[in-house]
Amino acid sequence: MTQVDAVKEYAPTNVLIVGVGGQGVILVSKVLAALAQSRGFEVKQSEVHGMAKRGGTVFSHVRFGPKVWSPTIAQGEADVLVALEWAEGMRWLPWLKPEAGILVCDTKRIVPPFACLDRRPGAPLRYSRETPAQVREHVAEGYAINATEMAEALGNDRTANVVLLGALSVALDFTVDEWEATLSEFVPKKTVQVNLQAFRQGREWIARARSGQVDDGSSAAIAALTSPSAHRARLEITPAWCKSCDICVKLCPERCLRLDSERVVELADPARCTGCRLCEWLCPDFAIRVHLDPVPDAVAVEGAVA
Amino acid sequence: MGEALTAAEPTQAVERRPMTGNEAIARGAWEAGVKVAAAYPGTPSTEILEALATYPAADLHAQWSTNEKVALDVAIGASFAGSRALAAMKHVGLNVAADAYMSQAYIGANGGLVIVVADDPGIHSSQNEQDSRFYGQFAAVPVLEPSDAQEALDFTRFAFELSERFDTIVIVRTTTRLSHTRSTVKVGTRAEHPAKGFVENRPKNVMIPAHARGAHVAMLGREERLRQYLRDAPIQRWEKGDPKVGIVTAGTCYPYVREVLPQASVLKLGASWPLPAELLREFCASVERVFVVEELEPFIEREMLALGLKVEGKSVFPRTGEYSPEVLRAGFEKAGVLPPRAQRVVAWAPEPIGRPPVLCAGCPHTSTYLAVRATGARVAGDIGCYTLAALDPLRGIDTSVAMGSSIGIAAGMARAGEPRPVMATIGDSTFLHAGIPALIDAVYNDANITVMLLDNHITAMTGGQDHPGTGKTLRGDPAPRVDYETLLRAIGVKWIRKVDSYDLAQMHQTLREAIAHRGVSVVISDRPCVIDPVRIKGPALAISPALCNACQSCMNLGCPAMSWSEGTFEGRHQVKIDAALCVGCSLCAQVCTVDCIKPLEATQ
Repeated sequence: MTQVDAVKEYAPTNVLIVGVGGQGVILVSKVLAALAQSRGFEVKQSEVHGMAKRGGTVFSHVRFGPKVWSPTIAQGEADVLVALEWAEGMRWLPWLKPEAGILVCDTKRIVPPFACLDRRPGAPLRYSRETPAQVREHVAEGYAINATEMAEALGNDRTANVVLLGALSVALDFTVDEWEATLSEFVPKKTVQVNLQAFRQGREWIARARSGQVDDGSSAAIAALTSPSAHRARLEITPAWCKSCDICVKLCPERCLRLDSERVVELADPARCTGCRLCEWLCPDFAIRVHLDPVPDAVAVEGAVA
Repeated sequence: MGEALTAAEPTQAVERRPMTGNEAIARGAWEAGVKVAAAYPGTPSTEILEALATYPAADLHAQWSTNEKVALDVAIGASFAGSRALAAMKHVGLNVAADAYMSQAYIGANGGLVIVVADDPGIHSSQNEQDSRFYGQFAAVPVLEPSDAQEALDFTRFAFELSERFDTIVIVRTTTRLSHTRSTVKVGTRAEHPAKGFVENRPKNVMIPAHARGAHVAMLGREERLRQYLRDAPIQRWEKGDPKVGIVTAGTCYPYVREVLPQASVLKLGASWPLPAELLREFCASVERVFVVEELEPFIEREMLALGLKVEGKSVFPRTGEYSPEVLRAGFEKAGVLPPRAQRVVAWAPEPIGRPPVLCAGCPHTSTYLAVRATGARVAGDIGCYTLAALDPLRGIDTSVAMGSSIGIAAGMARAGEPRPVMATIGDSTFLHAGIPALIDAVYNDANITVMLLDNHITAMTGGQDHPGTGKTLRGDPAPRVDYETLLRAIGVKWIRKVDSYDLAQMHQTLREAIAHRGVSVVISDRPCVIDPVRIKGPALAISPALCNACQSCMNLGCPAMSWSEGTFEGRHQVKIDAALCVGCSLCAQVCTVDCIKPLEATQ
């Protein structure tokens, strides 16, 4: 049996890097982890990547210091939060140290198909509504950076993550040379130059932002959504024309149609009908017409922004 | 501590490397001189065999097996022949292998025999979060629990020693967090262990009742000897600190304990089975209050209560989910060990958006499930990427239980008089894993079901591993390829059709015919996975905003390349395609009601 004395308190540096599968979260965290390790720190880098390829959330906890225990960062304890995607930055905000945490967030928006599933007219997009200005009010130090646009300007939009790495580098106590040397080891030989450029742009951007010389996303407003007035769907069915082929029944995305006892289509579940008109367009016999009756004094559709 | 464990071997640490837990386990096995390693891919255990396959073929044979039981059988065979052997699997894989495991536990090990089992607390990528430590207790087999990558290496090495020394299987239990956390590891060199040769001993190696009765008694004796040995084994660690609070913990919970209670006295168990009763008693006597910190079940806690020790655990910590510093802090606050933190003023926490994992743009499963859903059938699903088709908008799966279960479940539903047509949907790798016996059963018993074999030519969900249907082995060598149609015919399936997954009209039509067929019908939906083994990228499509009627028909695919554009039609959002993600599969064009989706070049 091994006997040791319990250790003293400690305070590792916590960097949380988040984004969406395929954006290069892992590269950023690997560079940081390798650099910290080369400086003699203990490093733990923890990620969950089982679903990374499926467009899901990807996050990597990087902790380094003389001693590191937990591989994950607790809520409210991240020194820096680097987000490669806007809504992911919003998701992980509670992990940031409230009094001293630094947020570096790309304004890029990757809207998941899940956000666009509502077929009702005027349906709201289920995506973060926070603006950079709002966010900056609530974090100790926040930067909304359009890294994707900067990477595109360099001719390689895949380097957006490295622009953010450059921005991150300002917040940590390593020299530019150390960063650049480590970065060069992790990117393909042919792309070293463009990645170094991207890295420097990220660094310079933060320097300018700190002296108030850039427009850091305040005006790059997160596009507000328009909300057309609400409708109620009503189906007009011509029974004589229905030949019971049941195409509409089978392809209705809400499954709200059925054939009645006469084998004529009917709207079985009006509450679920979104008025998408798919049945009207698919009916080979023009037996269905969908009417969208405006709802008077419409209650604002949930979550919609005027 | 690594030194203490490996001191028996002439090992010099040659260097330090960043490694994930899985890579470190593979390294530990390689250093221990493992000769044969086998696994079926399963998150979070997959990378263990992938990492082992990076070591020279001259050192060890590493293979993908068709399922975990076969993998364990292969390892058992190698152990019988006197070589060190390893089988790796996820927690639910051990259920599959349990039959062989329970009896081999009676027999023991000639060459060191190690099972690595990866649990998934928090259910990051599994169908349950069972606690595999019970398998150790179940079969009187030691369970080692490393807490970081260094221990993953050291304990795996040690596991082989322990296995040979005590003539037993040894389980090394990891979790998702350990398997996928990278930290610095001091590595050693490989110690060769030449095969000892098969030892003829029928009473020991042939489990017939007369032999097994004696073996069972011997197994219990071995467990007791292990318990004695583990009292002073170097993998147990007593960290003396504050005598007011003592923590008994093991594995991945240990770093969380140190994070939250840096001053506490800690008994870190390197093995969570068998438990060293005397050591536990001594520890409990040395501190005022004892807490057991363990993810999932109160496994150690109950044993300690049974020993008559006064411990706390699940009264303050949850029995579900993954632990974290936050979870521990909350538990210790509840117990009065930590002062309640001033409610952290989270003045502003934006509501996070839903971003569930989705089928990739161009995934061949998409069209299959669109057609499956249109049949109105009751659908028994299986385990793989296609389980995601249970979610919006495809909603194409009614049940999903375990690997290969879909076919038997479909047969049972049909027999029970389910009024709708009944289908089973199963991927190629899952079919080879556990689907074939079920299909034989369905044919033999004349079940009236339709089986959709989703053949994407790869084990996709775990990141693109080869299997007997791909014609390649783990090391990339060519291998015979299973011919599904011949196999199905040999089983006795009379109605077989193969359809291009991207031909939606054909898919609809074929499914209609398949359901009309009485008896077992099989449709093979045939298209390679779009990301593995090669990323497929065809010319992107685009939507003409002038024509799009916002019917959302294409959005019913759930394709990640599609989202709402700024434009609307009748108040509904029009749709746009992200050209960078679109692979040009054309499914959206096939379902478009106004034919407004064309190749990008044509629309420009």
